[in-house]
Amino acid sequence: MSQLFHPSTNVISKVTIFGAVLFIGGAAWVLLALERSSYVTQAKVVREQPVPFSHRHHVSDLGIDCRYCHTFVEESNFAGIPPTKTCMTCHSQIHTTAAMLEPVRESWRSGESLEWLRVHDLPDFVYFDHSIHVKKGVGCETCHGPVGEMALTWREYSLNMEWCIECHRAPEKFVRPREFVFQAGWHAPAGQAAIGDSLVAAYDINSSTNCSICHR
Amino acid sequence: MVKGGVHRVTIACGVAMLLLLSQTACRQDMHDQPRYEPLEQNNFFSDARASRPVVPGTVARGKLRIDEHLYEGRQDGELVTTFPFPVTKEVMARGRERYDIFCSPCHDKTGSGGGMIVQRGFRPPPSFHLQRLKASPAGHFYDVITNGLGGMYDYKERIKPEDRWAIVAYIRALQLSQSLTVDELPADIRREFFAKVK
Repeated sequence: MSQLFHPSTNVISKVTIFGAVLFIGGAAWVLLALERSSYVTQAKVVREQPVPFSHRHHVSDLGIDCRYCHTFVEESNFAGIPPTKTCMTCHSQIHTTAAMLEPVRESWRSGESLEWLRVHDLPDFVYFDHSIHVKKGVGCETCHGPVGEMALTWREYSLNMEWCIECHRAPEKFVRPREFVFQAGWHAPAGQAAIGDSLVAAYDINSSTNCSICHR
Repeated sequence: MVKGGVHRVTIACGVAMLLLLSQTACRQDMHDQPRYEPLEQNNFFSDARASRPVVPGTVARGKLRIDEHLYEGRQDGELVTTFPFPVTKEVMARGRERYDIFCSPCHDKTGSGGGMIVQRGFRPPPSFHLQRLKASPAGHFYDVITNGLGGMYDYKERIKPEDRWAIVAYIRALQLSQSLTVDELPADIRREFFAKVK
């Protein structure tokens, strides 16, 4: 009986086995990298809006507090997108002929909503509440990045679960005193290590990593 | 013969694997479940608002606003001169915080009416330190926050009634602050003041 397999099959089998391992490993790596990339998470990607609203102008140049527009952030799960009336509180008298603001004026005249697009949209299977985070000393910027410096608004972080968990596991690395939650550019003067643990104790922070804290 | 068969199986496996991979992460049904988030679009309604505007005149159970003093700043139609609840240090702190958020953009932090929005062209509001406004009843300020006045829009959806009163209390403190001498301060606050100045 002659040789069933040609000697070259040895090479083919080795290449196939190692190739398969490499291929599966590579594919897994590509998928994980893709999952964390801006392409999927939209982190650092500016979202086009019906009006090119500048947080930098309103927050850094004019000094308007976050809560002037995001009124409910301290007592609701939803921070609140301001109604057209909030825009018109100032823009009924300021930049009244600016073409950029025509959609705002049109919305005010017609009573129809301005269709702002959500920059931070969590999956529907995640429960999130702004008010508790604000009360426990999580600064706006801790999750939203330096919004006050953004001319057009983007999502600073991935909002992936590993990112949430990073803080839930070690809140002492991120919390700040309540009075500075809304302050732009705040950093612990003597370093985060000096205040973290005492704030966690003082605010009674139990940032559990129990699944049902967020997936309820 | 056999050799060709091995190749065909390998290629078929490879193609099948690629097809499998292409099937991952394509459906977002769990991310976007058939329910509405606040302010989401819902084309069932003619205005496409999933968050339905409240029908005018709706009163939530237990939320009937019959306390005219607290909710209107009036008693028997007249603007009140008193506060509907005691003004404590906490109320004052809350008032200061809310004033700085909602009022200071125009009225500025001292209440003289030269805030940043005014500097950018908004019609200047009167200073709180005018004799006319110092003599105005507390209910007047509450009424203006609630219903607006002149160029100022109303803030009734943005500031809760209790917070409006806290702001009124803080405006009263601002008015006092501009004409008070240090000697008139209570002894403990005077000490605190000198400690800060030094």
